[in-house]
Amino acid sequence: MARSNKPIVWGLFAAGGTASAFMVPVIMITVGLAVPFGWLSVEDLSYDRVHAIASHPLGRLISFGFITICLWHAAHRTRTTVHDIGIHNDSATMTICYGMAGLGTILTGIFLFLL
Amino acid sequence: MSNRPYIRPLPTSWWLKEGRYVRYMLREATCLFVGLHALVLMIGILRLSQGREAFESFLAGLWSPAGQLLSAVILLMAVVHSVTWFNLTPKAMPLWVGDTKVPGWMIVGAHYAGWLAVSVLTLYLAGGL
Amino acid sequence: MAERQITLEVLRYRPESDSEPKFQTYEVPCPDDWVVLDALNYVKDHLDRSLSYRWSCHMAVCGSCGMVINDNPMLSCKAFLRDLPDHIRVEPLNNFPIERDLVVSLDDFMEKLTSVKPYLIPREPAAEVDGTYRQSPTQLKKFKPFSMCINCMACYSVCPQYGLNEGFAGPAALALAHRYNADSRDQGRSAREDVVASNTGIWECTFVGACSEVCPKNIDPAAAIQQTKIASTVDYFTAWLRPKNDKENQVKGEDA
Repeated sequence: MARSNKPIVWGLFAAGGTASAFMVPVIMITVGLAVPFGWLSVEDLSYDRVHAIASHPLGRLISFGFITICLWHAAHRTRTTVHDIGIHNDSATMTICYGMAGLGTILTGIFLFLL
Repeated sequence: MSNRPYIRPLPTSWWLKEGRYVRYMLREATCLFVGLHALVLMIGILRLSQGREAFESFLAGLWSPAGQLLSAVILLMAVVHSVTWFNLTPKAMPLWVGDTKVPGWMIVGAHYAGWLAVSVLTLYLAGGL
Repeated sequence: MAERQITLEVLRYRPESDSEPKFQTYEVPCPDDWVVLDALNYVKDHLDRSLSYRWSCHMAVCGSCGMVINDNPMLSCKAFLRDLPDHIRVEPLNNFPIERDLVVSLDDFMEKLTSVKPYLIPREPAAEVDGTYRQSPTQLKKFKPFSMCINCMACYSVCPQYGLNEGFAGPAALALAHRYNADSRDQGRSAREDVVASNTGIWECTFVGACSEVCPKNIDPAAAIQQTKIASTVDYFTAWLRPKNDKENQVKGEDA
């Protein structure tokens, strides 16, 4: 039996799981619910302000790192869960899951570059 | 050894048979919502790169009743993920101080405290506090 | 002593005459301090001599009497009737071939245990003149919980990954590997890697955690596996940092 290469995807899964566990709830509140519920004003998420933060080199770096690690977390967990529910074509599942994460990584890079 | 051992295969619906398996599947399913949230952010950045009108129209959609529902569902599943993730941390990373093992509740508690701190800080930086 | 009338529904299977397993019901008068094993012994002694099942110590140390009682894998000698309803369903452990009645085949389990090289693999012979090793109480604490396994196989019965893929090494075997990897007298981690760090080793586990919930000895195989995943991942990424000749110096375990 050969030593597995799973540490790569599992490492990404674990990093993404930790990052998302800490950050996703507050991000969803900030971005999606705070303004409708009146906890933030529209100005707090104005185009000028958000663009300034996101296009800052640090803003780009953090956004890229955070979004992509969340994608790889979701990709690996989806792959293992698909196996759990009875779909055993692992190469197809792997290709689709990691392929989508890869595509998302590239697109995120492009979108941030376009800012 | 038996001349004819009987094998009972695991049914595909195994995860529906017991509460602990259903809860496991719920925990695993949270990853779809983590991915969905990443997609929302990606679209937000794309719209941001397309200019003021595009970004404002993205926000209008996100803040519509349907958008709020989506955010609420993602938030709920994200909280399930956070809670299940933090609760399992002491098992994966036991901490020893000298010859004593740090009790699990301390490790979990530290994570919840960190979660709260990071959330408060983010809301503060966003201007909400 | 109060008595209860227990209805015992046992999954029977006789390979010489049955095409598939079927439940058989027995009415058993039980003193209320009995365990399920006592009820089974009553059946065998008084009602049906053909009932087959494994048991030995009757005190939860030998691991022989593992079976599924009302959908929970447990030791039948530790399944107190006072904790169970009047109707009790007894089945053999899941995920193993049934030999006869409540007796399952142990072959795969035995193979998994031996495959992880469950013995000390020291880099050098013992430091002490009399052939002993020095180990502090703290060093012992690090691995002792994982050494308490009585091989009852309850964890395998409840592990869906073992149910989905019989090639999976499984909770007990991986917890046992961790017991040795965490032992200060052992330097055989790389010798066990072939099995432990393979796709049918720790990486097949998805941390369902049911194994730790049912373990009668509170071993927490799930924790052992997650800790091994982290160690293995760090190992994997720092391999290029280690000196080139480290692989040669690392001791390979002899096959048993």
